[in-house]
Amino acid sequence: MSISEKDVVRVAHLARIRVAPDELGRYQAGLSDILALVAQMQDCDTDGVEPMAHPQDIALRLREDTVTEADQRSSLQQGAPQVENGLYLVPRVIE
Amino acid sequence: MPHRHNLTTLRDMLRRREISSTELTHHFLERIDRHSDLNAFITVDEEGALAAAQQADKHLARDEHAPLTGVPLAHKDIFCTQGLLTSCGSKMLRNFISPYDATVVERLAKAGSVLVGKTNMDEFAMGSSNETSHFGPVHNPWDLQRVPGGSSGGSAAAVASRLVPGATGTDTGGSIRQPAAFCGLTGLKPSYGRVSRYGMIAFASSLDQGGPLALSAEDAALLLQCMAGFDSRDSTSIARDTADIDEGLKINLHGLRLGLPAEFFDESIDNAVLTRVREALGIFERLGATLVDVALPNSAAGIPCYYVIAPAEASSNLSRFDGVRFGHRSDQASDLLTLYENSRAEGFGEEVKRRILIGTYALSAGYYDAYYLKAQKIRRVIAQDFSKAFEQCDIIVGPTAPTTAFSLGEKTQDPVAMYLNDIFTNTVNLAGLPGLSIPAGLDEAGLPVGLQLIGQFMDEGRLLGAAHRFQQATDWHQLVPKGF
Amino acid sequence: MVAWETVIGLEVHAQLMTRSKIFSGASTAYGAEANTQACAVDIGLPGVLPVMNRQAALMAARFGLAVGGSVNPVSVFARKNYFYPDLPKGYQISQYEIPVVSGGSLEIHTAAGDKTIRLTRAHLEEDAGKSLHEDFHGMTGIDLNRAGTPLLEIVSEPDLRSPAEAVTYLRKLHSLVRTLEICDGNMQEGSFRCDANISIRPQGETTLGTRTELKNINSFRFVERALHHEIARQITVLEDGGEVVQETRLYDPDRDLTRSMRSKEEAHDYRYFPDPDLPPLVIDAHDLEVLRNELPELPDARLARFIADYRLSMDDALQLNSQKEIADYYEETVSCANDETRLTANWVTGELMSWLNRSDIAITDSPVTPAMLGQLVCRIQDQTISGKIAKEVFEAMWASEGDVDSIITARGLTQITDTGAIEQTVSEVIARFPDQVAQVRAGEDKVIGFLVGQVMKATSGKANPQAVNEILKRQLLG
Repeated sequence: MSISEKDVVRVAHLARIRVAPDELGRYQAGLSDILALVAQMQDCDTDGVEPMAHPQDIALRLREDTVTEADQRSSLQQGAPQVENGLYLVPRVIE
Repeated sequence: MPHRHNLTTLRDMLRRREISSTELTHHFLERIDRHSDLNAFITVDEEGALAAAQQADKHLARDEHAPLTGVPLAHKDIFCTQGLLTSCGSKMLRNFISPYDATVVERLAKAGSVLVGKTNMDEFAMGSSNETSHFGPVHNPWDLQRVPGGSSGGSAAAVASRLVPGATGTDTGGSIRQPAAFCGLTGLKPSYGRVSRYGMIAFASSLDQGGPLALSAEDAALLLQCMAGFDSRDSTSIARDTADIDEGLKINLHGLRLGLPAEFFDESIDNAVLTRVREALGIFERLGATLVDVALPNSAAGIPCYYVIAPAEASSNLSRFDGVRFGHRSDQASDLLTLYENSRAEGFGEEVKRRILIGTYALSAGYYDAYYLKAQKIRRVIAQDFSKAFEQCDIIVGPTAPTTAFSLGEKTQDPVAMYLNDIFTNTVNLAGLPGLSIPAGLDEAGLPVGLQLIGQFMDEGRLLGAAHRFQQATDWHQLVPKGF
Repeated sequence: MVAWETVIGLEVHAQLMTRSKIFSGASTAYGAEANTQACAVDIGLPGVLPVMNRQAALMAARFGLAVGGSVNPVSVFARKNYFYPDLPKGYQISQYEIPVVSGGSLEIHTAAGDKTIRLTRAHLEEDAGKSLHEDFHGMTGIDLNRAGTPLLEIVSEPDLRSPAEAVTYLRKLHSLVRTLEICDGNMQEGSFRCDANISIRPQGETTLGTRTELKNINSFRFVERALHHEIARQITVLEDGGEVVQETRLYDPDRDLTRSMRSKEEAHDYRYFPDPDLPPLVIDAHDLEVLRNELPELPDARLARFIADYRLSMDDALQLNSQKEIADYYEETVSCANDETRLTANWVTGELMSWLNRSDIAITDSPVTPAMLGQLVCRIQDQTISGKIAKEVFEAMWASEGDVDSIITARGLTQITDTGAIEQTVSEVIARFPDQVAQVRAGEDKVIGFLVGQVMKATSGKANPQAVNEILKRQLLG
């Protein structure tokens, strides 16, 4: 199993991680090695097996609909990179 | 030399006022400082620790004690601690002061413990050697040129070198048990849902569990009793009290069936590890246990399955680190896309990025069925294998890791070789079962070997009890690395 | 010339009326200062975990029962992964493979008759925050108060064939979610939002054409206009020999056109997978039975009851049921109007609606309350005042001059039913208009209306018109 440079670029974009051109080869090799390991999954027969998403077979617990959280803005925004008037700022988003 | 005592003994000495919490805390802080070369800690909170110790002494003076009153502890830096740096071993969070406490932190504080600091770890718990930390590698106190294991390497090194009598860790694929094995400790990964994940920075949510790293099964049981329990803030938390843990410590080994899966005893395993494990099983037999052969036929699929599921969940869990609300933001962020791409490229280390990329790939259109769905099916097959094996035995036993601690730098260039360290541990996470690693002696180089005990769901009591009996008959767990 | 057929499917996001968010205990109240209702869970702080709101689950199930869909005993929350600054965790918790509700349908009444619109599904998800594009030194501000508000996304099959049908469906759905008390339906505050998938195809063709998605058309008026525009645009494209591009378009109400949202054009790969933080949502048969017994009367049943029990015309019944509040108002008025159902219906659909529309007031804020209007109907019925005078009284009530009886007394509007007084006035009118009298006597019946009018004028409208008619006829022809 191997992954192409094009795939690395596609996946890096989906994951919003810049991969510089000179890093591409390294990631491609690393990811290909992992995929080769992962390919061993094919040796395991899973015909008719239901996928398992959770390690326990439990139902979702539901909480009562009550407001329990007071305003914590100032404490939550203490470490925020850029804030103004209580808003988180990001470079302009064009729609 | 109070640090030569285990946690339970120290707790009793505090209660008898043979030593004060302030004295004890000073003593351990001084050791942490003296052995800072180990790089076991990311943050040491001297001021907070001494204030908490003074408070504990007031309680002790009035004979008011919670289970851990006055006992110094350290938390892996993956647990959010209010007002303290919570870095998760990453540049991304190198300035992140958590505004809240994790449930585990809250519970251990309520139990009266004194938090001395936050321990080093593989970045976002992704690693088996503690070498992916932004804050540098941790040294194994048994041999400073070797790794302590990971990802809870800082906690393991700190406890093994007696810088603190106990510490918390987290285990997604072996991150408590493998460092416990490498450092000669007792380390427990509880059943999934036993310990709240609230405030524990997520790596792979369906696999992560917090647990203790300690000097004995008795200590681990005491810590687990304080950490465990239902938490309404975690939807996967299980309502179960801890009565079974007390009961478990009293069990008798007579008639206890230990299952040996052939797959855990193959020739790829380091000879010394195999020898020590077999010797340890011999001791269990002498103590009354019986050994039975069991099979875990799909174990080989565990590693590939794990390395799809864990990165897939991680790729999503780590999306919140985007430079907008907390954490690292790149200076090179002229538009939204570069803000994201540069903040994440700069904030994450290489192993974390590799796992995010592989996880993203496994979930992406056209690959989901072949990778993620297939892995989820294997996960069930593996869980079913365990269920079948437990029809024939009470506890499954084998080595914790295929080797003893390896050298720093030995595997950093080969991620796949590093991943193979988890070969005996990560199937336990996939199945959500409890797993315990206990010391089983040393190899020729004087490095600790770990014996793993795997229990049925919520059967921690029996695991700890079996380990406790073993430790009453052996003294491997009491060995102290030279110089500490 | 090809005749084109329009195919529309709607996706409606209804904000569920819970007090707290779907996965956190922060308030959902609208209009708070930025980020003061965004708690640690809502901003996706490291280490936090979601815990599901029971009420949101029950509301979704209630909807499922009301539309005759199947409320799935087990449904699964999944993560929809994408990066956007108003999406704090980098994923939205939604339902993907197994939604809480599958299937169901809504009946709509169209000019061409009744029509069933099938629903594909309804699923629970969390809302995102808001991006504020006012100028912060060329930056965008992010308010996460809305992040985590529970939404029910209701997806229809492409069964709608015109903008008018789409609006009818939307109104019906709006009325339903409000009747169920699961959504306040406030479109201005974004509690009820609509996206549309539109395609066109030559009449008779069975395969679907390429569709475009029209985002955020958030008023009934805009929906129809936006859809008309988009259909016209697609027809032009096809008739010019071009091809419709599958894309997301945004309706700009100010310039009355739709435009492509290039920023969203990039191929999406949401990497859905089951959320490991949330075990499956289980709604068992017992829960459903309880919910079923608690269901309020649904709009269709109410409409049928209005026709059967109140003997209303379909038109009146439809108009009264166009909004839950109008139907509520009507029924309350009837109960204050001696069960005079049809006259009350006329007053509600006629005078009241026209005053409300003119003043742009919601029926729940009407200065004329159901009790007042009911009283008015009673006074018409017991002949204290005529219908014409009643309009004057209504206007006075609208201007808050008091209740019906005090206005009638204050203005001296009591109807003259004393036949002696009417006889007197009739005699005077007959004397004043000999020509018209002659015409009536010659058999020109229509002219009698003129004479009635003169009597009414002479009594300032207070004479009982029926009595006037009878007395006139008797004096002239008797």
